Amino acid sequence: MLLYSSITKKVLMALAGLFLVTFLCVHLGINLMLLKGDGGLMFSEAATFMGTNQVIKVFEIVLFAGFLLHILFGILVSFQNRAARPTAYACGNSSETSFFSKYMFHTGIIVFIFLVLHFIDFYFIKIGIVAPPPGIASHDFYHRTLLLFSSPWYSLLYIISFLFLGIHLNHAIQSGFQTLGWNHSKYMDAVKFIGSAYSLLITVGFSIVPLYILLSK
Amino acid sequence: MNLTLKIWRQKSATAEGQMVSYDVSGISADSSFFEMLDTLNQKLIMSGGDPVSFDHDCREGICGTCSLYINGRPHGPEKGVTTCQLHMRSFKDGDTIHIEPWRARAFPVISDLIVDRSAFDKIIQAGGYVSVNTGGVPDANTIPVPKEKSDEAFDAATCIGCGACVAACSNAAAMLFIGAKVSHLALLPQGQVEAAKRVQQMVACMDELGFGNCSNTYACEAECPKGISVSNIARMNREFLSAKLFAEKEKIIQDSL
Repeated sequence: MLLYSSITKKVLMALAGLFLVTFLCVHLGINLMLLKGDGGLMFSEAATFMGTNQVIKVFEIVLFAGFLLHILFGILVSFQNRAARPTAYACGNSSETSFFSKYMFHTGIIVFIFLVLHFIDFYFIKIGIVAPPPGIASHDFYHRTLLLFSSPWYSLLYIISFLFLGIHLNHAIQSGFQTLGWNHSKYMDAVKFIGSAYSLLITVGFSIVPLYILLSK
Repeated sequence: MNLTLKIWRQKSATAEGQMVSYDVSGISADSSFFEMLDTLNQKLIMSGGDPVSFDHDCREGICGTCSLYINGRPHGPEKGVTTCQLHMRSFKDGDTIHIEPWRARAFPVISDLIVDRSAFDKIIQAGGYVSVNTGGVPDANTIPVPKEKSDEAFDAATCIGCGACVAACSNAAAMLFIGAKVSHLALLPQGQVEAAKRVQQMVACMDELGFGNCSNTYACEAECPKGISVSNIARMNREFLSAKLFAEKEKIIQDSL
């Protein structure tokens, strides 16, 4: 891993990242089924499908590998980048550049902390590492979700996490295209626009669910 | 104009440095930034002090020697100019101006505001050249080059190697410099022979010298005095990937005694 060239590392990070971006879309689709108001029937069915389908199980491994690759390379390049400037400027940089692009490591850390919490709340319960809360079966994601979102503090934490994920994605999508060499005056503006629109969709889409559950109580 | 200057002073490469404050007065708004520094140095010399060392050569924005990080921006507040083309009318009377050297592990400070940029020379030596046959001079225009490609190549070739891209980058990455050098040769037929080798060797050299990784913040493009586009970085990434994936392997001929 350390021996890979800087471009190889960034390309692997970009590929893993763009795969994770497509996964978010699937996850959002399933989450939005919670809005149907059918007592979680459709949502639970989708959750069962995701948990039992053999093809999905293979993709689950790919997904975990993607997370691992993206996070490890992210940490590695961030440390290398800091080492590349041992003496800081006395007067901080004020070049014209997108503000959040400089904080990908920081927003990434926040998303990672959320990911760990999310794993403890759902995946670890499902595979039996963590005991489910009393009265809820280990595979019952629907009631688990309702219980979590009944707390305004948890909902707030959830929405803030997705706000940071949105900020991360806003730069990440067009940055991934650039790293893979897909930058052309014909379509780069479109890539940037779609990237921003997609990150907005993810933040708003995921935030709707806790808001809906809180408001419909 | 009366100004307060906060300048990085460092006696030698190994000495400890610090920001030192100086006051200059009676500066004409139409004088260049370097003329203002010359005034300060004259004052320092007359009073028996040590003048501030800074790099400069052509003073007309084409050699890429000047390298000052002024108020948080390489080459100062104006767009598309080098430090030598910066004039004091870009500042206000009574301003405090911070002047620092480029900061990067690969660009160690030699003295005050002068850094050693030979890292860029090493990268060029690693692959920024084309092989030419000896013999008679070929006729001009014997190799056809599409106009768009020659324009793109020329745009990339306008890089003067000043290092502002590295200085501006939050990661001290040299990707815009190498992207420009790889692009201007990769776009032309003359550069095809060594194309696959060039990009791999230049990137390997860049990594070895301790430059950072690109995180696409595009501060480099914003600060480049020649306005070199980050699309050159993408082209280098394409060249690099296709070289890694598809380039022919070099055959090593075993010496059979």
